[in-house]
Amino acid sequence: MALDKPYLDIPGTIIFDADQSRKGYWLNQFCMSLMKADNRARFKANERAYLDEWPMTEEQKQAVLARDLNWCMRLGGNIYFLAKVGATDGLSFQQMAGSMTGMTEQEYRDMMIRGGRSVQGNRYLGEDGDAQPHRQPQGRNAQSDQKGGA
Amino acid sequence: MARITASVYTSHVPAIGAAIDLGKTAEEYWKPVFAGYDFSKQWIQDQKPDVIFLVYNDHATAFSLELIPTFALGTGPQFTPADEGYGPRPVPVVFGHPELASHIAQSVIQDDFDLTLVNKMDVDHGLTVPLSLMFGQLDAWPCRVIPFAVNVVQYPVPSGRRCFMLGQAIRKAIESFDQDLNVQIWGTGGMSHQLQGARAGLINAAWDNQFLDRLIDDPTGLSQVPHIDYVREAGSEGIELVMWLIARGAMADVAGGQKPTLRHRFFHVPASNTAVGHLILENATT
Repeated sequence: MALDKPYLDIPGTIIFDADQSRKGYWLNQFCMSLMKADNRARFKANERAYLDEWPMTEEQKQAVLARDLNWCMRLGGNIYFLAKVGATDGLSFQQMAGSMTGMTEQEYRDMMIRGGRSVQGNRYLGEDGDAQPHRQPQGRNAQSDQKGGA
Repeated sequence: MARITASVYTSHVPAIGAAIDLGKTAEEYWKPVFAGYDFSKQWIQDQKPDVIFLVYNDHATAFSLELIPTFALGTGPQFTPADEGYGPRPVPVVFGHPELASHIAQSVIQDDFDLTLVNKMDVDHGLTVPLSLMFGQLDAWPCRVIPFAVNVVQYPVPSGRRCFMLGQAIRKAIESFDQDLNVQIWGTGGMSHQLQGARAGLINAAWDNQFLDRLIDDPTGLSQVPHIDYVREAGSEGIELVMWLIARGAMADVAGGQKPTLRHRFFHVPASNTAVGHLILENATT
């Protein structure tokens, strides 16, 4: 019997379950290594060489090099692990979370100050909230990217 | 005998720790957050707990994917603040209470909860931010702290019902320890927040406030809420709120005693990506 996943119908959300964890094992373990200052320095000095020390897939390495957190998460990354990469870059959690929405840093920060993203229309796939697939990317980037869709 | 005198509930947002460490607490953005803890700082100075049993979650800090304990009890003598990638927070080392922790392990495991015992681990913002919020900046924490880490990172996480039952077992354990100790139990994490994907930034103040209402008045009913409701309504990281049910389960009324007194309630949006919630419940003195 497959794992029961009642959470697959939530838009814009990847739950870090056993399948994702298996897929992302080395990606996440690489992230853990950045909790040591020496490793952060070595990673920053030559990212590609550092990544090549890990048995990650080529796509996982590309996603890290691109700092595309949504891509990393699709490949099994988890935000608390990926946050070590963000910390190495000197980013806050707000900058990291915001980067996944397509909004600019200021747009995301303003949304939070206004009370955050509403749950209305964002509970189930197929509704019309701002986190739904057909409304990506968000913010002013939405106009500059007419192709839309993420 | 040891007794649980009160429970404290609070979010543990890392940016709050950074604001304290970098001296930003007086900034307009942060002022209302810290004002919500003014009462609490005075209250805890008056309460003078000997030990805090602190329920939190590790954020891929002490536990990587190599080892994922559902419930991990810190039985060691001390726990060092972790380097989460920014360098360690400038906060004091946390001193545990190995004797009480071992007693809790014996009682709770024999009560059918299979805990993992941890003698050595670093503690991250999940544990240190609540201490900073309640005690401020100090050279040494004024009491012992028993860390209790819950897996809420990799699904499946324990249910609210399981957490609530575990709290009851922890109460039984603490109150059968024969030293005269003033013990508080803290539940931390939440409230609504999502740190990932196109839905990042989700806040659900109505759901959060209903959670606070029910935690105070109807914890048994609240403990029946399934995971999927937390995720859908309060965001993928809002699931941390199940940890508050461990602390609530340890209060006297759940074991047939008097209802606790609500000493403080606070709610604010936002701190970084997160809705901040905070409660203090006091048991009646016997």
